[in-house]
Amino acid sequence: MINYTERIPNNVDLGRDRVLQRALEHWQPAFLGWWYDTGPNESRNYDVYLRTAVSVEPDGWAQFDYVKMPEYRWGIFLQPRDEQRHVNFGTHKGQPAWQEVPGEYRSTLRRVIVTQGDTEPASVEQQKMLGLSCPSLYDLRNIFQVNVEEGRHLWAMVYLLHRYFGRDGREEAEALLARRSGDADNPRILGAFNEPTPDWLAFYMFTFFTDRDGKFQLCALAESGFDPLSRTCRFMLTEEAHHMFVGETGVSRIIQRTCELMKQNKVDDPSDVRALGVIDMQTIQKYLNFHYSVTLDLYGSDVSSNAANYFTSGLKGRFRETKLDDDHVLTDAQYPVSEVVGGKVVTKNVPALTALNERLRDDYIDEIADGVSRWQRVIDQAGIPFQLTLPHKGFHRQIGNFAGHFISPDGEVLTEEAWKKHEFEWLPSSKDYAFVQSLMNGRVTQPGKFANWIAPPLRGINNQPLNFEYVRFN
Amino acid sequence: MDVAVSQEVKTKAAPVDYQTEPSRYKHWRLSFDGPVATLTMDAEEDGGIRPGYKLKLNSYDLGVDIELHDALQRIRFEHPEIRSVIITSAKNRIFCSGANIYMLGLSSHAWKVNFCKFTNETRNGIEDSSRYSGLKFLVACNGTTAGGGYELALACDEIILVDDRSSAVSLPELPLLGVLPGTGGLTRLTDKRKVRKDLADMFCTNQDGVRGQRAKDWRLVDEIVKPQQFAEHVKQRALKLAELSDRPMGAKGVLLTPLKKLADDVGLHYEYVEVQFNRTARTATITVRAPELVAEQTVEKALAAGANWWPLRMARELDDAILSLRTNELELGLWLMKTSGNADAVLAMDKFLLSHQDNWFVREALGMVRRTFARMEVTSRSMYAIAEPGSCFAGTLLELALAADRVYMRDTEEAESVATMVLSKMNFGALPMVNHLSRLASRFYEDQAQMKSLGNQIGKKLSAREALELGLVTAAPDDLDWEDEIRQAMESRVAQSPDALTGLEANLRFGPVETPETRIFGRLSAWQNWIFVRPNAVGPSGALKVYGSGAPVKFDWERV
Repeated sequence: MINYTERIPNNVDLGRDRVLQRALEHWQPAFLGWWYDTGPNESRNYDVYLRTAVSVEPDGWAQFDYVKMPEYRWGIFLQPRDEQRHVNFGTHKGQPAWQEVPGEYRSTLRRVIVTQGDTEPASVEQQKMLGLSCPSLYDLRNIFQVNVEEGRHLWAMVYLLHRYFGRDGREEAEALLARRSGDADNPRILGAFNEPTPDWLAFYMFTFFTDRDGKFQLCALAESGFDPLSRTCRFMLTEEAHHMFVGETGVSRIIQRTCELMKQNKVDDPSDVRALGVIDMQTIQKYLNFHYSVTLDLYGSDVSSNAANYFTSGLKGRFRETKLDDDHVLTDAQYPVSEVVGGKVVTKNVPALTALNERLRDDYIDEIADGVSRWQRVIDQAGIPFQLTLPHKGFHRQIGNFAGHFISPDGEVLTEEAWKKHEFEWLPSSKDYAFVQSLMNGRVTQPGKFANWIAPPLRGINNQPLNFEYVRFN
Repeated sequence: MDVAVSQEVKTKAAPVDYQTEPSRYKHWRLSFDGPVATLTMDAEEDGGIRPGYKLKLNSYDLGVDIELHDALQRIRFEHPEIRSVIITSAKNRIFCSGANIYMLGLSSHAWKVNFCKFTNETRNGIEDSSRYSGLKFLVACNGTTAGGGYELALACDEIILVDDRSSAVSLPELPLLGVLPGTGGLTRLTDKRKVRKDLADMFCTNQDGVRGQRAKDWRLVDEIVKPQQFAEHVKQRALKLAELSDRPMGAKGVLLTPLKKLADDVGLHYEYVEVQFNRTARTATITVRAPELVAEQTVEKALAAGANWWPLRMARELDDAILSLRTNELELGLWLMKTSGNADAVLAMDKFLLSHQDNWFVREALGMVRRTFARMEVTSRSMYAIAEPGSCFAGTLLELALAADRVYMRDTEEAESVATMVLSKMNFGALPMVNHLSRLASRFYEDQAQMKSLGNQIGKKLSAREALELGLVTAAPDDLDWEDEIRQAMESRVAQSPDALTGLEANLRFGPVETPETRIFGRLSAWQNWIFVRPNAVGPSGALKVYGSGAPVKFDWERV
């Protein structure tokens, strides 16, 4: 018999919930098996300075200590319940929020949760090998932190499946452990989660761009009329912030280091920059283009009846739904979406209900633009004449109205031939990847030391100094 | 369709009661002469079950058919000496002109569909009694026999038409009303009477019908008889038919005493059947209770118990409950079938029923169970069987689960509180569905190997896992999953389109085997119900709508 409260910190009364206990008895060992199998390589015996959530109180959600990752206490936390909460949008608007799954929406809701849940283990799988080329103990610790928390987010989704979806839920929870990122026969559900994360620049880009998609999806689900989903997502969002911090500062530090060396050595030609052992701005821009465009696809089709159904039935809201000033039903509202007509990108209005994916994507783009402008500030402060830009929304898209079209980063509709001619001016080529990986051919393990291609952060984790031993290899 | 009218019908005042007795009949007379009973239709013009139309020309509505259904029951149970039945009319030169057209024009779609279903079942019941109980039917068409009147005639074993140079049999629904002869007429023309398809086509598109020798030549009637000889001939033929019967001479009948029934806001309450309404969830829970265990069952005891004998009483109660729910509770879209009581008592009763089929009463009681259960599959409601601790899905009562669209059985580990599921011989052919197969055979597509392995399980109390393994149940959630699983299964069902569910269930419930009954309910009714909602029938200028008003019919000529 497992002592659940000890092993699994939670605020869902796990100690007395037989349904959950029974489900976890099978799933918990399977999860550990998955972690050994696909979690960070060779990390089993490391002591890692990690934060663990042990409660939802302000002092409880971030307890720092050395932990061996397989012994990490993956917990189950929901934001405390607001007894007054209502369904805030769609046809059920104004009814008390659902505490149980409405049978009517069972399969839809299950699909939403499974799709979200599937992304969490996927990123761990994608990042498995990166520990072997870490630029510092600080960064190594950060990737491990992200990994264990993605694991916890998987737990959070599995909790919902176990608690509310009976046998189907248990089977789906098992399947979440069975799929593998990038496995052609058994892939993860969403495309971006089957792309490799081959190097640290890709990792930072991924956590900045793709984890932010996760944030927006969680924000939309946090509005759900199904209260346990809403509460689960709200707690997950507190952790997601750190992941995006890792991504944004990671890219920023790479930019900073490149700028420093460009300035010191007075070079700006990419090959001269590369010769200094840092990543040139042009390559950074290409990585940005790739991760941005792949992540835009995650929001789904521009016009989507599924998205409309999710909204109308009260399952998935818009970003900051309750802060929006409209009727939250959207019967007559319109929303502009883009499409390609006669070789031009044009905009047309469609019923707002069907354009909810596009709307969430636009909200995301706004936030991304802010982050990119912060990176630009680093470049500007160094006095380097380089402009990072977000490519056009239609660039390199596989899903939605732009799929099948060849759009340049400037938004020009090209022929396939013309586009292909420029492809590797816009997206990383295998040579670019090879170059970036050539910089990362070993790990930096000395406390306080950082690889040449990245600047140190401003401060350490939990007010520890930069030369703190964030990971002990034993 | 006229919204005001359908609203009016929707918010109807009094629920329909299917219980009646001969002293309350308005439209039929029932008389007995030796082995022959005569059922004489004499529709009272002002006796419609709903206001707004007159039952002219011996036309009928639901109220008329409720009496017919009751009269057949009286003959079956109260008059075992009756071996053949004459159906005829008291009106001069008119036998029956079918369903009342003004009634159809005024009715909501749901009312029409339910009315047709019940009348179909009553006619099927006539054939059922001929097939299983040796009760033979002869129809004496003493005048115009039109539409539903001829469809009633088609349900009988023998049709005699008066040959007076004017009385015809006809199916004028299509040319006159723009609908089909939907009470089995089309199906019985072909499947039963084997009328050639081109002649049937001619017959059904000609509103005047066919009379005299041609009616006989086309196989539409069995005999034509001159008015002078008509009464005597009918009598002789009835006596001849009676000779084919194996109903007993000199046996004493069993009085069908009125059901003890309490209908209130929360449900329908009988002795062995309990119906609980849940209007918010839009479900009705129907719980059927097993008989009490008796030391030894005998035919004498059964006869002494009479209408209180479990198979008969349970079936009459369930019959009434099904008919009431169908007619009066349109929005209770999901029926939860439950059982309770002692499985051994059901198994003992099954054994007795099957081994005493040579007794007329035991045979009739089984017939009543058979016909009642056969109503379930043609009911436009979803059905889930719920097998929980204390339930009793054994033998006869297991049929309630097998009739359901899904079966949920609680998998519980505490031995004394397990749900009961037991097969008996009763499940292997004695209670056929309208496709003439047992529910088991139908469920497993008559797979011999599977039927054999099920046969080996007879009498064994099956655990949830065994029942799941055998394919008798859909899902067997355990104690931890049960409540939530059942709740969600119910909620998701009642949230789906009622029309699509009806269509789905009608497609899945019968399997690939066709019989005249499945063709009536599956093909004829489905087309009829489609026509009933089309503007060409019920639009402002639709044929059914304007009938009798003198206004011109306007069709949309597009073939669909």
